[in-house]
Amino acid sequence: MAAARSKKSKVVSYTKWGYIFLIPFFLVYLAFQIIPLFSTIYNSFFENYQSGLTQIGPNFVGIDNYISLIQTGDLIKYTGNTMVLWIAGFIPQILISLLLGVWFADNSCKVKAEGFFKTVIYMPNLIMASAFAMLFFTIFSDIGPVNQMLKSMGVIKEAYTFLNYTGSTVALVGSMNFLMWFGNTTILLMAGIMGIDTSLFEAASVDGATSGQTFVNITMPLLKPIFVYVLLTSLVGGIQMFDIPQILTNGDGSPDRTTMTLIMFLNKHLYSKNYGMAGALSVMLFVVTTILSVIIYRVTVKPDEY
Amino acid sequence: MAKNKERSLSQHMAAKRTVRYIVLILLTVICLFPFYILIINSTRAHADINKGFSLIPGVWLVDNAKNLLKNGNLPVLRGMLNSLIVSAGTCILSTYFSALTAYAIHAYDFKGKKFAFTFILAIMMIPTQVTALGFVRFMNQLHLIDNFIPLIIPSIAAPTVFFFMKQYMESSLPLEIVEAARIDGAAEFRTFNSIIMPIMKPAIAVQAIFTFVNAWNNYFTPNLLLSKTKMKTLPILIAQLRGADFLKFDYGQVYMMIFISIVPVIIVYIALSKNIIQGIAVGAVKG
Repeated sequence: MAAARSKKSKVVSYTKWGYIFLIPFFLVYLAFQIIPLFSTIYNSFFENYQSGLTQIGPNFVGIDNYISLIQTGDLIKYTGNTMVLWIAGFIPQILISLLLGVWFADNSCKVKAEGFFKTVIYMPNLIMASAFAMLFFTIFSDIGPVNQMLKSMGVIKEAYTFLNYTGSTVALVGSMNFLMWFGNTTILLMAGIMGIDTSLFEAASVDGATSGQTFVNITMPLLKPIFVYVLLTSLVGGIQMFDIPQILTNGDGSPDRTTMTLIMFLNKHLYSKNYGMAGALSVMLFVVTTILSVIIYRVTVKPDEY
Repeated sequence: MAKNKERSLSQHMAAKRTVRYIVLILLTVICLFPFYILIINSTRAHADINKGFSLIPGVWLVDNAKNLLKNGNLPVLRGMLNSLIVSAGTCILSTYFSALTAYAIHAYDFKGKKFAFTFILAIMMIPTQVTALGFVRFMNQLHLIDNFIPLIIPSIAAPTVFFFMKQYMESSLPLEIVEAARIDGAAEFRTFNSIIMPIMKPAIAVQAIFTFVNAWNNYFTPNLLLSKTKMKTLPILIAQLRGADFLKFDYGQVYMMIFISIVPVIIVYIALSKNIIQGIAVGAVKG
């Protein structure tokens, strides 16, 4: 029906306008993304950095930058850090979001002020991540409110320096990511659950299924595409993690670079003008995120859609 | 017997509802607590903040703001203005051109259309950070360092905004409207500006908020491009504050600086939260 209708309207003489209207997007994308991408790949094959005041290179070194990233263990270390920080936020995020998504979509047991709760839990998502990290830094600093409260309650005698320990730093970054993203995930999952045919839930309830059984046997299998979408987009977001750990640890990834993420590492190279290493790291990240993008595209877009 | 069952069922319901309220209220408190501390401490003097924590606001809000504005190391007003210019520019260009791009795919039939659409969807998830090296070097060659152009113009190509606009057109823009405009003799570009854009208003409003907020909060790219003090945006000033010797700082000013970066967005959000929350699910996956 829609196809027949659109056929009629798309008379030949108008086709050129389709191309003309696409020009701005593709021109800008070419200039600001494609050209920089090729330049990044090109740079990754050169030795090009500053050692003190002397400029080394650019000399063509083939894939030496890639090899040295892997051999020094930097790549593995920072990938590991990034994954730990991502998982610390993602596990509570997905658990709470699933729970709330099921609750908000459940018509048999409506909570009042649902709109209010949704508004509140989504709010941290729009907060400037760097300001949020600065706020956490201030709240959890040696003389911040948390240490003040713990001291006045007698829990601790000396101030606890949260950023001196990997565990507490990871916990802080994880909590911030959790707070910023669980509202968003809840709303996506809720929309997915509400899209499930209600007669399936009714049938399950007639058959005497418990809410746990309904969740495992009906909700989860039918929610799988959205669940996979949430997981993968969150993973891509996790790989890009930068603002929060960067501001919280002042770019050091303290303690002892255990909370330095891949993009923080990239940022360090960009700042110190080590273009070869920055290029090699960028290309690797590009390959990984492209693979993930293709998978997301496959799970999201149905073949007949264009 | 049946009555008993009914009663136990309603008791069960009441218990279920209570658990839900407790969890939701707990999450609300967790979400709001950091911001509560922020607002309270923005209204307190440095000496009071150091003395201990309080749940009651002080009377130093205006003084803290004045002190911060006088602080020569942190040009906050200039930072706000810079952030505003970049965010408004990004917001206008990305909503307008995304609607235009979506309209090209939605309303016209041409060779390569399927490829164009697939291409835009495929690049949607690729992060801008991975091309940052080439981007910064290229901007350097064009002498566009310490300039807002490389922060604003690239937003013309915004795949996620495009995708949202396309989804909205599919549900709310019948091609008959386009046809009717053609019969009336309107040129294609005028049709888009005077007929299609007004129809797209609800979608544009939602995306305008998101693109504005994203640009306002953006730290990575501006930080690589802007080095002159008078060009810095708010996130860069926040990072500068973090890097400064913290013990010498006036805490009233620190909280005030965070307050200024966060609170405008919260106010806009509260005013428009209904539209925003509806918008999130629409832009994502369908079923």
